[in-house]
Amino acid sequence: MEAVKFENVNFSYREDGRDLALRGVNLSIEEGQFVAVLGRNGSGKSTLAKLVNVLLTPLSGKVTVFGMDTSDEKMTFEIRKNAGMVFQNPDNQTVASIVEDDVAFGPENIGVPREEIGKRIEFALDAVGMQEFRQSTPTRLSGGQKQRVAIAGVLAIMPKIMILDESTAMLDPKGRREVMDVIKKLNKERGMTVILITHFMDEALQADRAVVMHRGEIVMDGAPEEIFARSDELEMYNLTLPRAAYICKVLQEAGMPVGNAFTAEELAEGICGSLRKD
Amino acid sequence: MINDVTFGQYYPAKSFVHNMDPRAKIVFVIAYIVAVFLAKNFFGLAAVTLFLIFIVFLARVPFGSVLRSVKMILFLIIFSAILNLFFYSSNDELHMLWQWKFIRISWEAIINMIFISLRLFLLVMGTSVLMLTTMPVALTDGIESLLTPLKWIRFPVHELALIMSIALRFIPTLTDETNRIIAAQKARGADFETGGLIKRAKAMIPVLVPLLVSAFRRAQDLGDAMEARCYSGAKGRTKYKKLVFTWRDLLGLLVLGGLITGVVFLNIYFGGKFDIINYFL
Repeated sequence: MEAVKFENVNFSYREDGRDLALRGVNLSIEEGQFVAVLGRNGSGKSTLAKLVNVLLTPLSGKVTVFGMDTSDEKMTFEIRKNAGMVFQNPDNQTVASIVEDDVAFGPENIGVPREEIGKRIEFALDAVGMQEFRQSTPTRLSGGQKQRVAIAGVLAIMPKIMILDESTAMLDPKGRREVMDVIKKLNKERGMTVILITHFMDEALQADRAVVMHRGEIVMDGAPEEIFARSDELEMYNLTLPRAAYICKVLQEAGMPVGNAFTAEELAEGICGSLRKD
Repeated sequence: MINDVTFGQYYPAKSFVHNMDPRAKIVFVIAYIVAVFLAKNFFGLAAVTLFLIFIVFLARVPFGSVLRSVKMILFLIIFSAILNLFFYSSNDELHMLWQWKFIRISWEAIINMIFISLRLFLLVMGTSVLMLTTMPVALTDGIESLLTPLKWIRFPVHELALIMSIALRFIPTLTDETNRIIAAQKARGADFETGGLIKRAKAMIPVLVPLLVSAFRRAQDLGDAMEARCYSGAKGRTKYKKLVFTWRDLLGLLVLGGLITGVVFLNIYFGGKFDIINYFL
């Protein structure tokens, strides 16, 4: 089933509807897919995310989440229950001073009975591996831990779609890895639809599909490997290759017979293989 | 398990008082204040003082930290003491000590000064025991629960409680931010340490402006995040944490009822605070 569908969506932050932030976007995401949305600053990728969660509604066109139209105000609550969103700054999305209270905030809002909330907190903290911090203060946690609590806060609502709006941008490499591991696990083990908005190309490699945005339009759409193979085109949109892929490309250009590689492991194998031939 | 929420005055410990329901504690403190004001003579105040010492002992918080809370309003106490000493006018001019133009000092004024200062001391120390033994979060929960009847007159109780708890939650975040901005301005040559009061106050402007701007940005972000997590006001909302009123709270309130009754009896037996003059003069 289609989890999210954009049909000819235009959006502008201005009252008069000029300076479109999104132009004629058509996108369809299947349930259970892990989609990475790439693009430089101001390309419209965050706008895209906010349209799914009904923080914004389209100027024209139609956005549907599991068939529910986001322009229909009666559906807002139901859509938000199905499409959870994690934001960039972990400090600005915690409401409570204690981890379990913060995770409880979402379920409280949708009127989950008390006993059930306790179970959901347990489940959500377990899923992100933060069970032992249940009684801690979020401000004392590391960036990665805070963001995992934020993910738990969304998970406790039990959404089918998880949108991450540059949720790893403010984290150090360790925190980024922690969050990515959690997201991958949720996608693989629970079949959660994931929309990952990022400007880290290495993260996009872990997705099933990558969508590249440029000036409010979707300009590339396909498997990450396929996208990264078109490096010249990516450069046009001010995007770089994942590090391993970049090294691989430079080696190829210098005349070394390595096959296309995207991860460090693939690259290592490729280099080994090319050396053995000599 | 002791939480590591230590901002504010909270003193983490395991005690009878710490374990009490925050609602009971708030009612307790209000009743305690009533007792302090009901006392008309020094015997009543002595009873309240003994009671306070007992509570502090029971709460296992150091006496020093309770006394420290008085430091903050020491100026206020001294100020009111001086005013009371010089400008207390009693109809009874029998015990006049010294007079110069409109400034008069009488035995009554001295007693009144001591009495009012003691009253203020007891007031502040009593409330500080509440702050020392109750986590800020529990306090807001307690206030929300106690204000619930006001929902009848459409008073936004839930919203008020949410605002309080979010404010508490952002205190450490904004403190960090302030320190960061101060460090950044210092790195650019700002001087916060020298000059008079006005110059120092002016030096804070480049700190306050960015702080305010970032606070607004955070508020916008938080609003988005709350909406994304299905927040839509108090309607249809459930609550995870439930406050439980136990035998402890009942016992506490009964003891306090005893204190108020005792103070009233002491008032009747020993009369007003000035009767003491008749013993000595």
